[in-house]
Amino acid sequence: MFDYETLKLIWWLLVGVLLVGFAVMDGHDMGMGALLPFVGRNDDERRVLINSVAPHWDGNQVWFITAGGAIFAAWPLVYATAFSGMYFALMAVLWAMFFRPVGFDYRSKVANPIWRGAWDWGIFVGSAVPALLFGVAFGNVLQGVPFHYDDDMRSIYTGTFWALLNPFALLSGVVSLAMIAFHGANYLIVRTEGVLRSRARIAAQLFGMLTLLSFAVGGLMLPDLPGYILISGPEAGAVQSPVDKVVELQDGAWLANFSRFPVLWTFPLLGFIGVLAGMAFAAKLKGVAAFVASSMAMLGIIFSAGVAMFPFVLPSSSTPSHSLTAWDCVSGKFTLDVMFWVALIMTPIVISYTGWAYRVMRGKVTLAHIQANDHSVY
Amino acid sequence: MIDPGTVDLARLQFAITALYHFLFVPLTLGLTFILAIMETVYVMTGKTIYRDMTKFWGKLFGINFALGVTTGLTLEFQFGTNWSYYSHYVGDIFGAPLAIEGLLAFFLESTMVGLFFFGWDRLSKVGHLTVTYLVAIGSNLSAVLILIANGWMQNPVGSEFNPITMRMEMSSFWDLVFNPAAQAKFVHTVSSGYVTASVFVLGISSWYLLKGRDLEFARRSFRIAAAFGLASALSVVVLGDESGYAVTEHQQTKLAAMEGMWTTEAAPAGLVLFGIPDEEARANHAEIKIPYALGLIATRSADNVLPGIDRLEVTLKQRIESGVLAVGALDRLRKNREDAEALAIFNAHKLDMGYGLLLEKYTANVALATPEMLAKAVDDAIPPVAPLFWSFRIMVFLGFAFIALFAIAFWASAKNSFEHKRWLLRWALWFIPMPWIATQVGWIVAEMGRQPWTVYGVLPTHLSASTLTSNEILLSLGGFITFYTLLLIAELFLMFKYARLGPSSLGTGGYHHESGGALPHGAVAAARSGKEV
Repeated sequence: MFDYETLKLIWWLLVGVLLVGFAVMDGHDMGMGALLPFVGRNDDERRVLINSVAPHWDGNQVWFITAGGAIFAAWPLVYATAFSGMYFALMAVLWAMFFRPVGFDYRSKVANPIWRGAWDWGIFVGSAVPALLFGVAFGNVLQGVPFHYDDDMRSIYTGTFWALLNPFALLSGVVSLAMIAFHGANYLIVRTEGVLRSRARIAAQLFGMLTLLSFAVGGLMLPDLPGYILISGPEAGAVQSPVDKVVELQDGAWLANFSRFPVLWTFPLLGFIGVLAGMAFAAKLKGVAAFVASSMAMLGIIFSAGVAMFPFVLPSSSTPSHSLTAWDCVSGKFTLDVMFWVALIMTPIVISYTGWAYRVMRGKVTLAHIQANDHSVY
Repeated sequence: MIDPGTVDLARLQFAITALYHFLFVPLTLGLTFILAIMETVYVMTGKTIYRDMTKFWGKLFGINFALGVTTGLTLEFQFGTNWSYYSHYVGDIFGAPLAIEGLLAFFLESTMVGLFFFGWDRLSKVGHLTVTYLVAIGSNLSAVLILIANGWMQNPVGSEFNPITMRMEMSSFWDLVFNPAAQAKFVHTVSSGYVTASVFVLGISSWYLLKGRDLEFARRSFRIAAAFGLASALSVVVLGDESGYAVTEHQQTKLAAMEGMWTTEAAPAGLVLFGIPDEEARANHAEIKIPYALGLIATRSADNVLPGIDRLEVTLKQRIESGVLAVGALDRLRKNREDAEALAIFNAHKLDMGYGLLLEKYTANVALATPEMLAKAVDDAIPPVAPLFWSFRIMVFLGFAFIALFAIAFWASAKNSFEHKRWLLRWALWFIPMPWIATQVGWIVAEMGRQPWTVYGVLPTHLSASTLTSNEILLSLGGFITFYTLLLIAELFLMFKYARLGPSSLGTGGYHHESGGALPHGAVAAARSGKEV
């Protein structure tokens, strides 16, 4: 039904949608986790916060797993190259995330305060560290990472873990952590009341401001940052290998798409407006509106990075011509076609029953509810 | 070429993390259905005790489930981190069932599991029951999809090599889904999960009976586990046989190794019941053999010959030689896509290309391989006999032991005499670890038996790994071992704590510990077994 080029474009969009879905869904419970030790000051308060995501964190985490699976299926070269290259960054994400499922489920099963305190920090690490590192990874991808392919298309990474922690990447990490904490705070305004809600309100202002600042500084750095330009190569719709093309580096090249198609400024604009609107709604304790606004902000911020790089998805700083683009990192036409239909049918179904689950569990989580259901809640 | 040491370390890390993950998966697969059965009885009879049973076994399920989710994360990403060439080479096919697993199964299972735990007061009885069934269906669906992925590694159907992209690409989605290797594996694997959960519930219930507490609760749990367990234990063996039949067709080297068939016998071959395989002597010592049995079971015929290792090595040598031609032709095609002669050679030999790649362990240019290298590659192509032979026998022995346990438990449960058969209760209790041993050795048979391939006949293991250094993998391996050990300690601590507490942990006020032990026969629990008001 679709030609190969269209399918490649659709999959670029779908990966973007999955990343935004992950940020919106898993983002709010990760944001809760990152705020947990600060917004919740005693055991009961922390239990309220944790129980605000208790029925949902597991389903939300599937956005992460599915994004990984979809990248494997649709962009196998990205899956193979990025994860083996940024090996310890991914290990750190995994190890940190170990403490989330277990932290949520095990924390309240023993009354000992040391046990509970330890898992609180486990949930914090499992939420804040991945949120930070996803941004760091994005920041590195924007700059390109050092890898190339040998004659058999085996990817060889020539960088180190520490090189990933460069200033621009760390700044991207701050953007990511701040927007996720902001989003989590907005969620807590919806689901909590009283003192917790006021603290969430303050957190929303704080992290909203930090998101704005760090995103703006990142944007200001972009003109001086080397971007990648596709000089020549096979047509977008052709069956091709990433080593078939010629790519050059040029400072500020990541702004080229914006100058060519000014309509793309919508995305960064959406990022700024979303954060500002979210902060305003949060200040008035309009939680649902603030949550929608921070979701929009994340969509704007993630797609800003995506369209700046398009068609690149994983540039190589050491051998630019081996960079991966949306045209050459992809699976074959048949697989993209099959997976497109699967995604088209399943995504609305998933979103519907997820929405239903939130509807069933709607309403404020209160201290009284936690105390009355000591044996059955987290 | 990759350093062989790093490949071995990457294999070790994968084996440890995958086997560790599979400590939690079988219980999830089976316990979800047992919970669904218990809750069905609750909804049909309205007896509160069945709701308590669903909630209590659900608590233990939750403790297990959390680690299943945690350790599953590693597996979703480890192909990319440690098996990057594999991911590139077969991601076009292998990635699809993984992505579908997320969309079709994990979302369902994980969204519903939240409502299972927290939705009791928010959903109608039937609504909550539906949620419980959806958890069970979701977790079993995820097994279907991951076994479609694994089945393809065992029997790579529906795919072909593309010389431009240098990888395997999917040619038929339905061949992938209806791969006989995947179907047989799925039913065998989920049944083994049902057995695991049944032994778990049976064993813990037996402990309450032995201790003489929460008797009403324990009796009912015992009965459900005995019935479900008997059906599952029978199906795991019958369908395991189907799985073996699939192996016969697709992986003759695995079958030869796990059955210790050093030489080819006239059909139908005998089954080695016991023996001590000797790799040096290429023979089994102290062999006890049942004549004809293996040939009849494995080929379902009296006259199909099962090739032993001696005969397989002859075929392997031919396929490696043919594969060398394919690898050489591919090199020429990579330099000049228009080379018609190279294309003809490639097409004639491409089905053997993977066998040619086996030689890359010894030389970068397979065309120049010496006869010694060829002999080593042939030798590599037979998986290690002794570990497979033993793992397989332990698994089968336990499989029959489960049938015996559940048959007796079911019979005693029908006769209502199990409470007084203390030997049976003790047997059930001490048998709790056995399904874990059986499922772990089962995976060793399946995966070690596939060696030296990651994708059988297509991609050798030694080419599949990422270009990492030994130190990098040692460090990550150390990390996994440390975190997994800590988490396992926490898990076992909670599992024992809550299993010991029993239904008293629900805080209903109706069970043993809540009455200060004053109600040895669970008088309040007996009241709870009446209908709700």
